[in-house]
Amino acid sequence: MADEVHRPGDGLAVCGLTVRFDGTAAVDDVSLTVPTGEVLAVLGPSGCGKSTLLRAVAGLEVPASGRVLYDGQDLSRVPTHRRGFALMFQDGQLFAHQTVARNVGYALRLRHVPRGQTDRRVDQLLELVGLAGYADRKPGTLSGGERQRVALARALAVEPRLLLLDEPLSALDRGLRERLAAELRGILERAGTSAVMVTHDQEEAFAVADRMAVMRDGRIVQTGTVSEVWEHPHDAWTARFLGYATVLSGEAALRLRALLDPGAGWTEVALRRSALRVEAQGPLQALVVEARQTPELVRLELEVEGLGRLAGVAEPGSDVVVGERLRLRVDPERIAPVPSA
Amino acid sequence: MTTVRVRFATLLLAAVPVAVVGVFFVYPVVGLVARGFWPDGAFAPTEVLDVLGRSRVHRVLWFTLWSAGLATLLAVVLGLPLAFVLHRLRFPGRGFLRALVLVPFVLPTVVVGVAFRQLTAPRGILGGLHLDGSAAAIVAALVFFNVSVVVRTVGAFWEALDPRAEQAAAALGASPRQVFGTVTLPALVPGIVSAASVVFLFCATAFGVVLTMGGLRYANIETEIYLLTTQELDLSGAAALSILQLVVITVLLVVASRVRRDPAPLQRAQSAARPPRLRDLPVLVAAGLVVAFLLLPMASMVLASLQQPVGWGLANYRALATPGDDNALLVPALVGLRNSLAIAVVATALSLGLGAVVAGLVSRRPRTATGRRVAGLFDGLFMLPLGVSAVTLGFGFLITLDHPPIDLRTSPLLIPVAQAMVALPLVVRIVAPVLRSVDPRQREAAASLGAGPLRVLLAVDLPVAWRPLLAAAGFAFAVSLGEFGATSFLARSDNPTLPVVIYRLISHPGALNLGMAMAASCLLAATTAAAILLVERLRIDSVGTF
Repeated sequence: MADEVHRPGDGLAVCGLTVRFDGTAAVDDVSLTVPTGEVLAVLGPSGCGKSTLLRAVAGLEVPASGRVLYDGQDLSRVPTHRRGFALMFQDGQLFAHQTVARNVGYALRLRHVPRGQTDRRVDQLLELVGLAGYADRKPGTLSGGERQRVALARALAVEPRLLLLDEPLSALDRGLRERLAAELRGILERAGTSAVMVTHDQEEAFAVADRMAVMRDGRIVQTGTVSEVWEHPHDAWTARFLGYATVLSGEAALRLRALLDPGAGWTEVALRRSALRVEAQGPLQALVVEARQTPELVRLELEVEGLGRLAGVAEPGSDVVVGERLRLRVDPERIAPVPSA
Repeated sequence: MTTVRVRFATLLLAAVPVAVVGVFFVYPVVGLVARGFWPDGAFAPTEVLDVLGRSRVHRVLWFTLWSAGLATLLAVVLGLPLAFVLHRLRFPGRGFLRALVLVPFVLPTVVVGVAFRQLTAPRGILGGLHLDGSAAAIVAALVFFNVSVVVRTVGAFWEALDPRAEQAAAALGASPRQVFGTVTLPALVPGIVSAASVVFLFCATAFGVVLTMGGLRYANIETEIYLLTTQELDLSGAAALSILQLVVITVLLVVASRVRRDPAPLQRAQSAARPPRLRDLPVLVAAGLVVAFLLLPMASMVLASLQQPVGWGLANYRALATPGDDNALLVPALVGLRNSLAIAVVATALSLGLGAVVAGLVSRRPRTATGRRVAGLFDGLFMLPLGVSAVTLGFGFLITLDHPPIDLRTSPLLIPVAQAMVALPLVVRIVAPVLRSVDPRQREAAASLGAGPLRVLLAVDLPVAWRPLLAAAGFAFAVSLGEFGATSFLARSDNPTLPVVIYRLISHPGALNLGMAMAASCLLAATTAAAILLVERLRIDSVGTF
């Protein structure tokens, strides 16, 4: 498996890793790789074991079996502080008794980096995360977003060979989260750091990562580039978790297949909420059960002939009324066939 | 109820403990101070200064300070590894060990003195070290007493410390030692300062231990007051020393309250305890040695109590039904046990009743600045007995409550009231933090749903408070059983408490008397330990923290 092809310079490799708590496997035989310079998002619902996986990579949990390698070196006997990684927690875990500058420079002081050099590096990093001028503030006076940026700067200060991010943006409100996700991506690119980020938020994963691993009940169910996973969810559960509204199977799926791509072999298909669009010449017929105006479009709840109750959309401003019969077309960009179990 | 009526009811409620503490604490202490400055009815402050100029007083003051300082340092050093093991590691038997460590703190001071004397006596387990009657033995006994304060207080901080802060540091490349120095220790400093200041206070006002172990060579201010009063009948000298004691302790309390700003945390982020690992071995060994140090005097005392003139047996325990060899006591020793239990029940009821009211009032957060100031003063008033030594209190009782307007000389309530004053601050310290941790919005929510003040109390406060109240009751009971400082002034020879009996027995020569003292000490220790083990089962984190 992964370790056989793993060579120095190849970054992180996790091989058959299992972590047990009181006999239950929180992480169950997980294998994955993160080549140097790449950002991997481990995506899964809360309780799936993704944080435990991250903590095991950091050396904070002792695995029951399996190995963590970096550039071919087995890290089993290497304690956390010698792994050369940096871990950033969901709530930052800034040291409350130290200023922002001392927090950021913490790891540099541990390494006895000369004072002037430390100060310069701290200034650079604060600049990088957009917090120049915050050096003398105490963590208690910062907002949630600012605290996360300081935590990021602190983690980057040591130029870790791998950055481990545990739900770095989850504690923030939606607007800030979206903005910071884009910034995080930029910062990681500029710093050229490899990273593993665990999150339950697929938007966050899409915004930051190159590749994704979907985790469920302690196991990795799918890995691939972000768009691969997005376009070809491994199964119905993964599709739903990625934000697909419905997964059709049986008769309904076959009917849709006949309509779109009669030659294809799939028997299940995942639909986004906007997969069905109102169009006068569309091939499907439906009865409007509910209609709701939103700023961008009209969201519909439809009873689609032969397919059942599904969500759909109409152009903004169209006056669709409940009880109306209308025709629909399927947007092939917004559906994904699911391999049958 | 209208705001005015609520305010009136609050004032009325507050008036009761204020009156009690005023009459049974402030009045005796003030009376004592007055006695020093007006020795024969005329104002003569120079006599106080004269007393303070005596070289013996200087020696006593110096011993008080250095023995307390050294004992505090050692208690902190020994307490830290034990705090880590008992509050950050998870292993079978941890609950029992935590309770066991708390036992020395409530052991009667006389019992501890007896136990250490037995341990260091020429024929004792550590007899070879020739520590009998030495200052080192006294310091060791003081440490024995106070390690649990450090373990409890620092342990509470340690337990509340989010382990992820340490993990974040480790993930940034900090070695375990660097993590401890840069993250753990700074977070523990408030707890350590808090514990150290209280331990110093307890050591500087230690009475029973120094009296039983110091003999004629070593005396601290407390024992000196006792000796001046009872042996030399030098009341103005004793009063002068009491005043000195008051000043020293007040200064210490003020400094301590300035230094510690953060109260001990009660809410825990998550359970940080983990099973021990191989690299914890040095700490585990250190903690094991400290536990052995705590067990040794107790074990040696139990052994001594079972030692008969010939072989081993329960002869010493059977002798407790007698007044001892050469009639060392005026009554059989068991009368002392009966008295102690009866007095402890009354003292517990008194301190619990008062303490509940005080805790309830100080845990409310007033909105106005004036209200907060009044609440702060109120809070401080009931912490005073913690700072004023029991000996001062007992001495104050002796000279102020024996004549009109308040003549309690023959009242059976005299001793219970004095002991209740000693236990009161401990009760408040256990109950108030728990009540304070109740989110005031819970009370507001209950009130907004139509609950009157009494219903709010029943619905919100009582479910939270009953366990700490019960724990406080057990604690007050144990403290009262072992109380010796104040009681030694107030108990009459024909009606003694058990600690007084023990002191009498060890002051009289005779192998049987010593054996009986050991047996009585074991009995007293077992009773207080039982009370404390029950308390510990309630798992109230504020017990024994400062």
